Amino acid sequence: MQQVLLTVGRNERLTSDVFRMELTGDVGAITTPGQFINLKLDGFSLRRPISVCNVGENRVTVVYRVVGGGTASMADLRPGAVLDTLTGLGNGFDTSKSGDAPLLIGGGVGTPPLLFLCRKLREEGKRVQVVLGFRSASDVLLAEEFRALGAEVHIATEDGSFGTKGFVTDVIKTLPYSYFYTCGPMPMYRALRRTVATEGQYSFEERMGCGFGACMGCSCKTLFGSKRICADGPVFEGKEILWEAQA
Amino acid sequence: MGSTSVILSGWELDNPVIPASGTFGYGKEFAALYDINCLGSFSFKGTTREARFGNPTPRIAECPAGMLNSVGLQNPGVEHVLAHELPEMATYFHKKVIANVSGFSVEDYVYACEKLGKSEQVGLLEVNVSCPNVHHGGMTFGTSPEAAAEVTRAVKAVTDKPVYIKLTPNVTDVVSIAKACEEAGADGISLINTLLGMRIDLKTRRPVLAQRMGGYSGPGIFPVALRMVYQVYEAVKIPIIGMGGVRTAEDVLEMLFAGATAVQIGAANLTDPYVCRDIVEALPRVMEQYGIENLQDSIGEAHHGK
Repeated sequence: MQQVLLTVGRNERLTSDVFRMELTGDVGAITTPGQFINLKLDGFSLRRPISVCNVGENRVTVVYRVVGGGTASMADLRPGAVLDTLTGLGNGFDTSKSGDAPLLIGGGVGTPPLLFLCRKLREEGKRVQVVLGFRSASDVLLAEEFRALGAEVHIATEDGSFGTKGFVTDVIKTLPYSYFYTCGPMPMYRALRRTVATEGQYSFEERMGCGFGACMGCSCKTLFGSKRICADGPVFEGKEILWEAQA
Repeated sequence: MGSTSVILSGWELDNPVIPASGTFGYGKEFAALYDINCLGSFSFKGTTREARFGNPTPRIAECPAGMLNSVGLQNPGVEHVLAHELPEMATYFHKKVIANVSGFSVEDYVYACEKLGKSEQVGLLEVNVSCPNVHHGGMTFGTSPEAAAEVTRAVKAVTDKPVYIKLTPNVTDVVSIAKACEEAGADGISLINTLLGMRIDLKTRRPVLAQRMGGYSGPGIFPVALRMVYQVYEAVKIPIIGMGGVRTAEDVLEMLFAGATAVQIGAANLTDPYVCRDIVEALPRVMEQYGIENLQDSIGEAHHGK
């Protein structure tokens, strides 16, 4: 973990309630896809933990949905604003387990951290398939960005307005893959558990106090005792989670 | 340069800056950021007789000037703390620590305090009779003078370590409870724990916290904490560890003036992991600014010449 000052660059709307923000500064502590950063926002007590969508030299991109006052204030930030940020938080996805044809499964605004993961897997020479699920065509995120990395992208929408009508599970049934990585809402995880053919890694989300393992605010139950989503996760292997104990 | 040292029941601290229990874990995450030996001490995560997962999530909520938590005393239990956490703490923290203890019965408190009191690393026991996030225990003992005194007497009987009772602000008269603890043999008082509060999500129309209510902490509670330290100082002779919304060296000084001998910093650690180090570094400058040569002599200054 590192505490740094990051400067807001582009901060643009991608869909009706999802925005993409670029931040520049020392982001050297971000090493692994699936990690997150924790932003201090004027007028709010707690920091806001946001997953890393992509990272480059002195530049990090986050894609976030406006869900409350904190994220609404992020959407109002103009280029040049400076944010006190904790970077390089959490343990990310472990690409060593991917096999040669990993599947990335994104649900809604869970999609962004998979982009950084996709890039890493492609750099490692893996053949990457991406299945993304959204409510409607207007909610589709980052599909072109994944394609630009050379991934095969499948989209499912609940209302059928884009791609396959239905859920990510409807698409996954038809695909062969060596391993999977996923980020999305808990109902999607429960459906995936009944659908997937291999083991895989899940990224978890929870309201956090500190984001670096001190407060026990975001604990979850696993086969190996309680784990801190912020510091021991947010990515866990599916087989270590006590699924019946998850809210 | 003036002296920042203070004395808590015969234990001389280099400075009065102590991270509060539940906001600092066992210090490890912070030791990775800076040398935490600059601190006066720290109060490690509240320990119970048995291991506890704590409450369901969400157990954190945003508030104006602070936060709510309903963690519910998640900890690995006293045996694990003695076997693993304390030995590990010794590798990165070379001063004595404060052992914060909670229970659900007098026997629970006695069991955990007797064991932790035997550790040479423990400088004092901080007995939490004020957790708002557990049922049938915790705060139940801290809301009546008789129950608080009973826990105090029982713990005092099984340890030679100084026993500080950590009190809740969620009472009508904190002074009567502090006095009851003093009369029962408490060596000091820690106050305040969090204020019971809640938030409701306008979209779901339900409480944000799974437990519905939680403890409010952060700068919003500082004036309440300061007032209670001030009132208790007038009523008891034993030392007070003041806490509640402290985030600057100026706040520390204000707490000392109100009557605190040492000061704990809680919620601020979560959003600013370097805050305690920064306070330690700022103290000499703030002392000089307000003409303080010896911090120990400034304790209770707000009461002088009334």
